[in-house]
Order: sequence, then C-alpha cells, then structure tokens
Amino acid sequence: MNLSTSYLGLKLEHPIVPSASPLSKNLDSIQQLEDAGASAVVMYSLFEEQISLEGQALDFYLNHGSESFPEALSYLPDLQQYNISPDAYLELLTAAKRATRIPIIASLNGVTTGGWIEHARLIEQAGADALELNVYTLPGDINLSGKDIEDRLLEIVREVRGSVSLPLAVKLSPFYSALPNLAMQLSSAGADALVLFNRFYQPDIDLELLEAVPALQLSTSEELRLRLRWVAMLHGRVPLDLAITGGVHTHQDVLKALMSGAKVSFVASEFLQHGIKRLRQMVSETQTWLEAHGYSNLESCIGSLSHRHLTDPSAYERANYLKVLDSWQGVTARV
Amino acid sequence: MKQRGRVTMEGSEAVASIAFKASEVIAIYPITPSSGMGELADQWASEGKKNLWGSVPMVAEMQSEGGAAGALHGALQTGSLCTTFTASQGLLLMIPNMYKIAGELTATVFHIAARSLAAQGLSIFGDHSDVMAARSTGWGMLFGGSVQEAHDLAMVAHAATLEARVPFMHVLDGFRTTHEINKIEPLEESDIRVMLSDHLVRQHRARGLTPDRPMIRGTAQNPDVYFQARETVNPFYAALPGVVQSTMERLAVLTGRHYHLFDYIGAIDAERVVVVMGSAGETLEETVKALQARGEKVGVVRVRLFRPFSVQHLIAALPPTVQQIAVLDRTKEPGGAGEPLYQDVVTAVMEGMRNFNTMPQVIGGRYGLSSKEFTPAMAKAVFDELKKPNPKNHFTIGINDDVSHTSLEVDTAFNLEPADQVRAVFYGLGSDGTVGANKNSVKIIGEQTELFAQGYFVYDSKKSGSRTVSHLRFGAQAIHAPYLIEHANFVAVHQWGFLERIDVLQVAQAGATLLLNSRFAPEALWDELPLPVQQAILEKQLKVFTIDGDKVALETGMGNRVNTIMQTCFFALSNVLPKDQAILQIKKSIEKTYGKRGAAVVSKNYAAVDSALANLFEVSIPPYSSSQKHLLPSVSSGAPLFVEHVLGEMIAGRGDLLPVSAMPIDGTYPSGSARFEKRCIADEVPVWESDLCIQCGKCVLVCPHAVIRAKVYEPNLLENAPKDFKSAGAMWKEFPDRKYTLQVSVEDCTGCQLCVEACPAKDKSNASRKAINMAGVQPLLEAERQNWDFFLSLPELLEQRQPLHFNNVKNVQLLEPLFEFSGACAGCGETPYLKLLSQLFGDRAVIANATGCSSIYGGNLPTTPWSFNKHGRGPAWSNSLFEDNAEYGLGMRFTLDQQGKYARDLLGRLRDQIGAPLVDELLNANQDSFEEIEAQRARVDTLKAKLETVKLETLHGAEVQDLQSLADALTQKSVWIVGGDGWAYDIGYGGLDHVLASGANVNILVLDTEVYSNTGGQASKSTPLGAVAKFASGGKAQPRKNLAQLAIEYGSVYVAQVAMGGNDAQTIKAFQEAESYPGVSMIVAYSHCIAHGIDMTKGMNQQKLAVLSGHYPLYRFDPRLEKPMQLDSKAPSIPLRDYRQNEMRFKVLMQSNPEAAEVFLHDAQKAVQSRWQELERLAAVSHPHETAISADD
Repeated sequence: MNLSTSYLGLKLEHPIVPSASPLSKNLDSIQQLEDAGASAVVMYSLFEEQISLEGQALDFYLNHGSESFPEALSYLPDLQQYNISPDAYLELLTAAKRATRIPIIASLNGVTTGGWIEHARLIEQAGADALELNVYTLPGDINLSGKDIEDRLLEIVREVRGSVSLPLAVKLSPFYSALPNLAMQLSSAGADALVLFNRFYQPDIDLELLEAVPALQLSTSEELRLRLRWVAMLHGRVPLDLAITGGVHTHQDVLKALMSGAKVSFVASEFLQHGIKRLRQMVSETQTWLEAHGYSNLESCIGSLSHRHLTDPSAYERANYLKVLDSWQGVTARV
Repeated sequence: MKQRGRVTMEGSEAVASIAFKASEVIAIYPITPSSGMGELADQWASEGKKNLWGSVPMVAEMQSEGGAAGALHGALQTGSLCTTFTASQGLLLMIPNMYKIAGELTATVFHIAARSLAAQGLSIFGDHSDVMAARSTGWGMLFGGSVQEAHDLAMVAHAATLEARVPFMHVLDGFRTTHEINKIEPLEESDIRVMLSDHLVRQHRARGLTPDRPMIRGTAQNPDVYFQARETVNPFYAALPGVVQSTMERLAVLTGRHYHLFDYIGAIDAERVVVVMGSAGETLEETVKALQARGEKVGVVRVRLFRPFSVQHLIAALPPTVQQIAVLDRTKEPGGAGEPLYQDVVTAVMEGMRNFNTMPQVIGGRYGLSSKEFTPAMAKAVFDELKKPNPKNHFTIGINDDVSHTSLEVDTAFNLEPADQVRAVFYGLGSDGTVGANKNSVKIIGEQTELFAQGYFVYDSKKSGSRTVSHLRFGAQAIHAPYLIEHANFVAVHQWGFLERIDVLQVAQAGATLLLNSRFAPEALWDELPLPVQQAILEKQLKVFTIDGDKVALETGMGNRVNTIMQTCFFALSNVLPKDQAILQIKKSIEKTYGKRGAAVVSKNYAAVDSALANLFEVSIPPYSSSQKHLLPSVSSGAPLFVEHVLGEMIAGRGDLLPVSAMPIDGTYPSGSARFEKRCIADEVPVWESDLCIQCGKCVLVCPHAVIRAKVYEPNLLENAPKDFKSAGAMWKEFPDRKYTLQVSVEDCTGCQLCVEACPAKDKSNASRKAINMAGVQPLLEAERQNWDFFLSLPELLEQRQPLHFNNVKNVQLLEPLFEFSGACAGCGETPYLKLLSQLFGDRAVIANATGCSSIYGGNLPTTPWSFNKHGRGPAWSNSLFEDNAEYGLGMRFTLDQQGKYARDLLGRLRDQIGAPLVDELLNANQDSFEEIEAQRARVDTLKAKLETVKLETLHGAEVQDLQSLADALTQKSVWIVGGDGWAYDIGYGGLDHVLASGANVNILVLDTEVYSNTGGQASKSTPLGAVAKFASGGKAQPRKNLAQLAIEYGSVYVAQVAMGGNDAQTIKAFQEAESYPGVSMIVAYSHCIAHGIDMTKGMNQQKLAVLSGHYPLYRFDPRLEKPMQLDSKAPSIPLRDYRQNEMRFKVLMQSNPEAAEVFLHDAQKAVQSRWQELERLAAVSHPHETAISADD
C-alpha cells in the first residue's frame, strides 16, 4: 500500500523521517539517509548561541596572554578564517539540497529576535524546504511567568513568519501549562506544524564527586506515551500538522504515532543505536502491519485513535491518571 | 616617480614583506626579537601568498639556528634564493655556515633583529653585540635606522647580494625597529621586480650544484694553496661598495629616497661630527638639525654599509672642516682598543688624513646596550663633550658609571618633542588589552588620516599580571623619534593600582590630559588619589577625566578587557580625529580585527564603544592636595639592603638610574628575593575552610606559585597567633597531638584557582563549598598578611626532626618549597614540578636550566623565585644557553664528582690527622634520606672543626687547606638538568642524547608543554599531530617525537613520563626514584600551558584527560628492576576527542578546516592505540641486566 503522507505541505513517501541529530552533520551521512530510504531529513540544529559562544571563546583564547610579555606577544597563530558563522551550516544545507531529491527541513535555535529572523532568512535563501524552530530554552529566571514564556515563543514565531515564506514547524518542550491553547495561538502566529516533544539532556549527579555531570541518554519507546497523549489531544482540534519526536523506535511506535494523529514520526536514537538500515525495516514493517490489518491508505490511520475518535476520551485525560494509580495499588496489594 | 600610498606597519613586517617576495627558501628558528618576521613569512606561506616569481616560498622551521643556517647553505648551494631571520645567540650559531657561505661567494640575505648577547646575563633587547660578533664572516652588513629604512635597505641587500655575490646581514635594531609601528611608503611588487634582476637570479641558480653539471665545492685545502685561495675574493669585496651605492641609487630613482653608504647630515662646515649606525642615527639626525638651528657647527654620519668598510666613502662623507669626531658603538668589546666602529673610523681617518684641514681628533663611546634609551639629550651630551678641550675617550652615555667614570653628564631638560604633536602614554595590564587597542589606534590614525603615527610598547618581564606601557605619537610631520616619550600631553592609567605603585605622572607635561580607569565616582576620586599623584596633578595643571571602565566592560560582555572602552575615551579626549569619525573608524577596525571571530564578538565591542562616552566624566580638581596616602614601597619590609636598594629600584621602574657600582660584577645575584616583591595581582584568592579540609595536600602540590603552604606544629605555638589565624587538628598518625594550618600568601597569589579545582573535599550540605574557595582579596588583605608572617615563623617540618616518608602528596605538602612566587603565568603547568623538585631535593640541588620559560620566570631580574631555607641551603641555579643545557649540567656533575673524589682522597691522606673513625664514617655514610644527609652534614662540620686544629705548617698543610675548601663535596649533591621541550626535543637534543648515554648521575627534567612557550607558541618536535602552532598553522602534519621512548632504548636510563594532574602520587614517586637512581634519569613531565589555548583554571584536569585519553600515558622505566617498565596509567578510556576539544590549539583547526582536523584526529587516535599496545608489550619484558650501567660500575 501507499504510505505517502504530507507534512508542512511537503509530499513524503512515508511517515518516517530522520530527525535532527549528528546523522545530518555532513553531506555523506545525509546522502546515506536518502539512500537508506528517508522520506525527508531534518538537519541538525543551527544554534545561534553556540555560534556566539564559540566566537567568544575563540576571541578569549586568542587574546589570553597576548600582548603581555615581550617574547610572546601571542600564543596561537591567527588563522584566515574560523567558520564562526552560520556559513558552514548553510553551505551544508545548500549542498544537501543539491545532492538529494528528498525534502530537507532545516532546524534553528535562536537567542535574540534578530538572530531568529536573520538566520531564518539565511536558511530560506540556502534552499531549505521547510524550517523547524527548535525553541530550546530553560526558563530559569524566577521573574518570568508562564505567560511571559509563551508570549516570547509567540513573538518569535510571528517574527519569523513575517520574515520567511517557508513552511514553519515549531518543536516544543512538554513543559507548557496549557498546550492546546498555546497550539492555537501558535497557529494564529503563523506556525504550520507542531513537533512534540523536544528532549532535554538532563544532567546526572555523580555521588562520589558531588557534582552534576552532563549525561546524554538516547530515547526509549517509554518516552513515546507522553507524546501520544498530547498529539491525540490536539489532533483535529488545531489547524496544525502534528509530528512526534522522541521515543519512536519500532514500527509499532510509528503506528501508534499515526493513530494518535501524527503525520510523521521523527527518529534519531534508534538509528544512532542500530544504524540507518533500521529505517527501511521500519517502513516495511509498518506497511506490512497496515496491510495485514486491512488499512487501504495511511490517511485512514492517522488520528484514528485521537482524543476525538476515541470511544472513551478520558483515556487521555485525568481519569487515565487515576486508573494507572489504581492498577499500581493492586500490584502493591498483591505483594 | 609615481604617487605612493602610505601604510602603517611594524618594522618586522616592513622587512619580512621584502624578504618573502625575494626568496624561494626560508629556513627559520624562533628567537626574540626576530620571531615576528619568521612568523609572518610562515603565515603568508600558509595563506598561499607568492613570491616575485609566482611561487609560494618554502618556509621550514628547523631545530636550531645552526640547523637553519645549514639548511640554507644547502638550499643556496643548489641554487635557491634564500633568507632567514635571527638574532643574538641564534646568529652566533649560524657563524660557522656564514663563513662557508661567504667563502663560496654565495648571494643571500639574513635579516638580523640585532640583540644583546648573553654575557653576565641574558637580554632579549636590542644592541649590536650579535652582529659585531659576526662581522668577520665576510658578509656585507647594512644597517637601517627606522621602519622605512629597514624596509628600503632590506631591498637594497637582496638586490646587491645577487650582483655582488657577497652575502648580506641586513640589520635592524631589535625591538626598537622590529617592534615599532610607523607609517611608511612600502615598495610595490613592480618596484621589487625592477630591483631584482632576473638575469642575476638565473646566474645564481646556474651556480647551483647539480648532477647534470657535476662539480664539487667544499674541498679540504693544504698549506700550499689555502692562503692564495682565500685571497681570490678580494675583487668582489672591492667592488661591493660600488654595487651597494648603485643599488641605492636605483632605489632612489624609484622612490625618491636617497641612501648612501655613509649619509652625512649637518653643517657643511661642521667641526664636530658623530658617527653612528642603526636607530640612534635618527635621534642624532634630529638633534643635529636642532643644534644647527642654534648655530652650532655639528653633523652626523649615519653608517649604512658597515662591511665592507669603505674608507674612501667615509672620508668623502665627512666635511673637511671636521675637528672632533665621536664614534658611537652599540656594543661592548671588553679588552679591545675600542669598539668596532670606533676602530674602523680611527683607521679610516688615519688613512684619509690628507683630506682634512686639520687632523681630527676621534673619540669613541658606547651607548644603548640592551635597548638602553638614547635620547636627543644624550646625543647633545656627546656633541657637548666634543667641545671640551680634552673630551673623554671610551665614554659611555645613558648610564651612570661611577666605577670607571666613563659616563657623560646629560642635560635632561633638552628635548625635541614638537608642540604640535600628540604624545600619549598608556599604562595597562597585559590582560586588559591596552596594547592591542593602541596598536589599533596607530593603524587607524596612520591609515585613515594624513597624520603620521608611531607606536612603541614596553612590557615587563612577568608572565602574569604584567604591566605594559604604550608610547604613541601622532603629528603632521614624519616621526623620527626612536625613543620613549618623556613629555606626554596625554597620559592614561588603565589600572588604578599603578597610581599607588609607580610614578605614572613623571612623563606628563604641563597641561596634559590624564585619563583614569577608576571605580570611584568623579566627585569621590580626588580623595582616593595618593598624595604624590595629587601634587603632580596640581603642579602640572593636568586635566583629569575618569571612567569606570571595568564596569562598562563587565556590562558589555568584555570581561576584564577595557581596551576598546579606553581607546574610545582617548579619541574623545585627544581630538586627533573628530569624535564621530573616530568612533566610525574604531568600529570599522573592530569589524576588521574581530569579524572572523563572529558577530557576537563584534557586537560586544561595538557595545563597549557606544557605552564608553556616556560613562566618561571630567574630575574637578580642588586647589590643594589633601591625601594621606603615599606610594607603596616597592619591596616589603625586612628586605636585605641589596634587595631594597637595587632590586627594589628595578621594581619601582627606576632601574635606569642605578649606577654601575650597584651591579654585581659577574652576574651573581642573591636567591630568595621574590618573597619581597609583593605584587598583589590577584583580585580573588583562595580561602581555607579548616572544618572541611582533609589535609590531603593536593592544593599545596598544584599551586604554581607556592603561595599555599601547610605546616604541622605544637599547639602551644598558637599562643601568639593573630586572631584570624586558622588551624585544625593534624591528621597524621605520626603527629597525634599537633596542629595543622594551611596558609595562603594572598599578596603573592595570582588567583589562578588550580588549588580550588584540585580540592577534593566538599561541604556535604553545600557541594559548591570546598575546603578551599576563592574570595575577594580586599577584605582579607590585612589579616592574611599578618597570618602569613606568623605562619612563616612556625618551624618547618625538617626542623622538628620528625622522620616521615616523602613518597606521597600528603607528606610532601609539609616540605618547605625553595621555589616560590615566580612570575610565571597564572596557573602555569611547569612550576608545580619545579616546586616539588625544590621541596624534595632543593637543599642539595644544583640546577642547570635551559633558556626558555623556566629560565625567565626562574631568573629574570628583578627578583628570583629560587630560594633557601633557614640553614641558608637551597638550589644553586644557573642558565647557560638554550642549546647546551644538558652538557652544562653534565659539567656540573663532573665537578662534583671530581671534587668529591679528591676530597675522599684527601680524607685518606689525612686519616691520621683527622682520626680514622671520622674518616671512615665520612667515607662510608649512606646518604639516601633527609636524616642521613643531615648526619653527613654534621660529620662534615666536625671534620671542618677538626681541620681547624691541624697545624698548617706541617707536612700536610696544603692538603688540609684543600680539604677545608672541599669538605662540603663529601655531602651528596643532586644535579638537575631542567628545560622545556624546545630544548630537549629540538635545539638541545644532540647534547641531551650524549648525556643520556653518559651514565653520569644526573637528573633531567623536561617540562613538556609540547610547544615553544616562551617565544610565543611555535611548533616543536613535541607538538602533537594536528595541533595548530606557529610554523604549523595548518595543524602539525607529523606526530610528536617520543622522547621518553628514545631514552628507554638505552636500557640504562631511568625514564619516567609523568603528568601531575593525571596522577600526582606517580609524579612524586618518579621524582624520588629518578633522584635515587645512580645514573642518568629523565622525567618527561606533561605541562599544560597558556599556549594550548585552555581554560588555565582547568589545567590539571586537562592533564588528567591527556592521560585518560592515552595521549600522555604514564609510566616509569627503572633499569634496577627485573621488569623495568611499569605502566602507571590504564589503557585509553576516553576518546582523544574529549581531551582535544577543550584546547584551542586543536579546536581552532576543527573550526577553520574541519576535514583536516578529523583526519588528524583519526590518525592520532590510531597512534594512541598502537602506542599503548607497544607500552604493554614493553611492560611484559624482563630487563637484560648486562646493559644496565650505574655510576658504581
């Protein structure tokens, strides 16, 4: 059967898309993703803050100790260029567009409003098919309210929307207090799709050293359920394409994502762990399952188990929480 | 002649730009102050810039200047156009090849940044000692006196050498000309093409050796013909002056700038004439013009071509009316009839006497050694001397020689500073960016306006907290003033602390503007100024402005760099440019300088510029001074007289005023003087939390400046402790009832934070609080000063006669360091090793120290960190050269062995007089521990006392006296040969190898920073694959030499590879074992370094990563063991990338050329694995005992 789907107005051969990860860091691996059957590629994120910090670090270390001691007026040669700019990203984007036939979706994480706008424009000029705004912030400021944070997000989307005509997806974290309302507002601000949810690398604590240490942990299918719930809650209620990222590892995960209402599933950890060959397997297994279960096309599957299509919508709501607790009480009692 | 543009550039660039265009092969080796020229050539080659013939010159870094000269000799003999850049000892190492190159009539030019030679002490500064030592090599010698002249005469040298077939030294004054920025009219490529004849180039090429036209060159000659063959070159030397003059004239046709072999400037009927070479010629020329305007009949001859010395041209240049001639030499030739130029002029005047109306009187004098200032007032003093009926011959000028009374009096009121010139002096810190901003201002004004601009920069000799003084001149007239500003109309003090320590306003002229960077509000500032500053402001009627530059810098993200902020204020106040135009130009220049470092760097600098003027305020000056504050003393109280009156004057910036009599006659200085130079350079210092401390000693071990110390002592000693003095119960089973104190000398601390990083003890309820934490210094200063003094009064461990094994960090912390408070970089990775050496063996160590960072922070005046204990014992330290250090140390061992042997022999001969028991004890004593050595010292004291009682008239009188003078040789001494990787891997490797093979009981410590740190980060053979360094700006393409492995190959050498941050216990063990090994020992010690581009607070952590990644595996190879190889680190457990990504030397390539960086990383990772396998294989091998050699064999 035909697995084709559309996302952000782009026609995709199937709903499994490699998401922003090291797999899209160079042209070779992007081409390998295409060869492995990817229907589109989300490039790794262009981080405005990282560019800024790298530039400042370079500046600091080139200056450090210089012009202080007459025999050593500097310690490192000042090279002709350092690629402290989005240039390398944009060049890769252009090259990827030239070298592949699949849609290339760029990903951007800005800091300043000017940075979001400027980089979005550059990405559009470089030939991206769509842009995913990777709004990755940790609002640690005690003076910032939830509304402040949402307003800032909406402002970014509005500003970018006003600057580029690219299809626009917004990748969110799960920590917004009123996601459906926010989704509506994002749609009004000009977003075309929501990608749920960003995964934060949570630091760990080293008990011996008494230190917080950075820890990179790949996702597991366990993480899918949070995403399934919220996609199901939003499907059909907001005029946005929905996509799931985080926790998609198997064809079953893909099917669940589709049924909850996601038009595409983004996959990274699975490919990092088991290789890009998994992509074709997952596509084929998805197809086999759908065919075996009598689905004639993908459309009929998408959102089939979303909140509004469920006989018992409370499964996605608070009652669900209560049921889970009940079941655990049962377990405890048996022990 | 076409209209030419003007460019503002340093002398180094002015010379290198010609040399690069005119050369095919450039072999170089870094040496101050010529390194900048070589670095530019390397940079241009890596950027693909081409020479005149359209190819990129081959630029090769060699292992020494001797190597560079050898390579050039080979390249020349095979027909290439070659050049190099060198100075000082580097030139001396080239001399053997220079004789050959000249003897073979080979065209080439070596550009020399003329510098002092190491004699009673090393100096990196400028004079002509080096080139004068090479004057007999048969090379032409051309001297330029300014940036423009150096540029032009570099061209003349390259052109003339091809025509004349005589090689040239093109000489410019080190620092004064190499490092001065001035506005010049550069030659264009078309000019260079006209100057260099392709025909002559082809002739040069055709003389090259080739098997297609085989011939031999370099024969050995016999008494029958050598002499005649030596005389064949005479016609070439006879023709050379004419060739040079005609080349100068060709240049003049192109540029309008006329040079002569001897340029005369002055009255046509001059009676008094000075003859001089180099930059002082500029000063004399200006002085002559001023004196002439006053009607004096004076003139100056500026010597351009010194070799060959053309008597005929000199005589023609001198006016026939001349009656007195003074010849100024910038060198000293002790024992000569006079200095070289003087002798040549005397000869010339004799030979040309019939050209003069009356036979002139010629006197000679020395000036300007080691960049000593030569001012118009000094120039005038020389002319004044010539007026006297009996002018002083062999005089000195610029110093006060109260020993031999050679010096001339100078009228310091005489100056030539024009009224319409802006003269600005800036006092800054190296770290605040002042010099960079000022260089930038000179460029802006020089290139964006019609004004002329000059910049010259003075640095102190410390690598941390160093002070810089910038001297900038701007004016409508060309600036010929190669001396420091003495009458500034603008003075800026970028660090408040300078006002309290040095007389910054001495240079201010009446009515000058004073700009201060101060945290005080404008209305509160006056009361904070020290009294002498207030008085100078009032007396000189200075206009004072202030800005809280630190605050603006912090707010705009500039950190501690106040440079662009103060630069903007300078432009606003000096009116050199209209304010708006100035700001526009500063911003343009920011974009140009920082653009490639990213938009964020540019925008924060813009923000700093924009915020500066809003924060700049004028200070209203009351009519009287009121301050109670005085300048701080330059040394702390209790300093010995020599430290106070001699070294203290140097510290205060008054060293120029010290007379000859104040100087030690043979370069011998007292050690232990750094402790009196309280620099107070840290804003934050470590504070000890006695309740959390586990007394592990790690902070003491890693402290690069020995400012953190620990003692255990009897509790009753706390009776007189200051009230804030901290202590805790000692955690040693050997010291059950004693107290422990960890004390910080806050006035000596550099604030590097290595201690805090090393501290493993954390507050269990607040993990951010360690047993040692940084805190602002100001509130602590007074109490900690008292605490430190009290701490010093507590007895050292060894005085307490408590036996303890010093094989672990915890115990070693209690040993007194005899290396303290050096001027090394904050967070230096080398000095902790030296301090450890001084703790373990300092009281019996003799140290030979190769030139490099360790000889500079170890031995650069004014003060020295090498110290001594209460018994007066401590390391005896000396630096010979860069290249000979292993041999130097071996020579020390020879002496100790020889003296020890003779002393033991004498003991035998005097057995009856001394008494057999004492003799036997002395001869057979073990000296393996502190206690045993102390016991031997006691025996030696007994011996000395006994010898006093022996009558000298006896048969054995002479032997008794000899034994008295050698008795100390009976106590064991520890010879340490110390140096960096530039020495051990490169320039000194031949000697090091010989010493490794010698079997002598010496210990070698290689402080391995994997780069030439002292000269500014040039690649050495220790530089790792893929690391970016100067002369390896595309990443070093070859793997690093495995020095330790090479030494292991001998089988008889104790070898350890250590990294204190990787395993501190192993480091201590290696030091102990190396010292105990009765043969050659070598420790190769990984030393993190500022040249790695790392966060220096994390230096020890980088060492750890170097070990974990396998980049720097730890091991000890002890030939005494059955299985000598002991691996002290585990198999590589983290990817090399994790270590490399924290270091800018690697990361910069990831940013500029990621593909190449990946390839290097991949290859380096592979090499790590295979090296580890090889180490594991070695660790499994039993030792072939017969190859082991010990000193006892």
